[in-house]
Amino acid sequence: MTDAIEQYIPALRRYAFALIRDHDGADDLVQDCLERALSRWYLRRSDGDLRAWLFAIMRNHYIDGYRGRKRRGPHVALDEARELSVPAGQDRGLEAREAMAALDQLPEEQKSLLLLIGVEDLSYEEAARALGVPVGTVMSRLSRARQRLRAMLETGPTTYLRRIK
Amino acid sequence: MSGPHAPIGEDDLQAYIDDRLGAERRGVVESYLAGHPDVAERGATDRRLRDSLRAVLQAKFAEPIPLRLRIASIQAARREGRALRLRRVAAAAAIFLVGGGAGWIAGRSPDTYAARLAFGGVAPVSEDAMSAYRTFVVEVAHPVEVGAANEAHLLQWLSKRLGRRLVAPDLSQFGYRLMGGRLLPGGSGAGAQLMYDDSSGRRLTVYVRAATGNETAFRFRQEGEASTFAWIDRGFGFAVTAPLGRNELLPVAEAVYRGFDGGSEAGPAQKG
Repeated sequence: MTDAIEQYIPALRRYAFALIRDHDGADDLVQDCLERALSRWYLRRSDGDLRAWLFAIMRNHYIDGYRGRKRRGPHVALDEARELSVPAGQDRGLEAREAMAALDQLPEEQKSLLLLIGVEDLSYEEAARALGVPVGTVMSRLSRARQRLRAMLETGPTTYLRRIK
Repeated sequence: MSGPHAPIGEDDLQAYIDDRLGAERRGVVESYLAGHPDVAERGATDRRLRDSLRAVLQAKFAEPIPLRLRIASIQAARREGRALRLRRVAAAAAIFLVGGGAGWIAGRSPDTYAARLAFGGVAPVSEDAMSAYRTFVVEVAHPVEVGAANEAHLLQWLSKRLGRRLVAPDLSQFGYRLMGGRLLPGGSGAGAQLMYDDSSGRRLTVYVRAATGNETAFRFRQEGEASTFAWIDRGFGFAVTAPLGRNELLPVAEAVYRGFDGGSEAGPAQKG
């Protein structure tokens, strides 16, 4: 069980960080997720969808508690992404940061879709299980989420600067 | 997904961006995109954005995972948590047993306090009443928040905050006059304290707050000079506190009990 779960921890941390944009907060979320996973281990389906199951636990926990807390809590700076090194050249790094900033502006559902499919490489079926929606819904929402992200970047950075809450 | 001759759909385009099409279908989509450069360009932008997000977040993925997220750490914490919960339940059970006996002095650790609150009952009411008494009875300048001159307003206000009709029992037969009252935190909600004094300046308080439990018997407790009789009645805890001995305080407590339309003529049986 240990190995089975631990192999997904880097991916869970990445998803958590993309949602929360705070390193410690993200690890808190992952920790809560792992605690839940262990305490519900017996509820897990045995058909090998452990990854989708873990992402579902984490996302549900985030929706239940973290989102509200984050809104009230200290604001995470737009610059957060700069702490992460971007391997490619300058221009590419700029676009990457803008993409992250735009992602932050999306509703959680669209954000999660783009992350789970585009970054975590979940299959459409796994993403559907993680988000608790039918596959067809995943496809149509994915299309809308990408359209929205693209539109944000096309209209320039000033319109999607994160609000200081 | 659709067969090779099905018309191109949004799902094809998404799957193309994500590299999830079979070779045959991909060919169909590619030839479609060749004839629709605007669609092709949007798809290319989407793909580039996806790669950008991936690139930014790759560093997070590559970080070594902190010790606290190791499954072994989480399992150890879970075992510890279980042991702690067991200890709390044991502590609460002990309190319950001891508290059921004679005048028991409360333990002070926050855990046992929480355990006792979880059990509800008359002991925390008595303890809260006692500490409110000690705090305000010595107060010279502002012993009450609202004075007896505004009794109607005072009772209306406290009733609203308590969620229960509050009266000021008439204790004149014991020589006590209402001075006024104040709102206090009590349990998980609000508590009310009414203060009385007699001609010698001796003060007596009546304390009320929501409380769980069905222990209706009077519970006596003495700390220093002050004594308290406390009881629970229909979801509320009541306590009468004064610098009196048990035998002098008992009739006052019975009068207060009747004053709060406690029901029976004689008041509850004594205990403890």
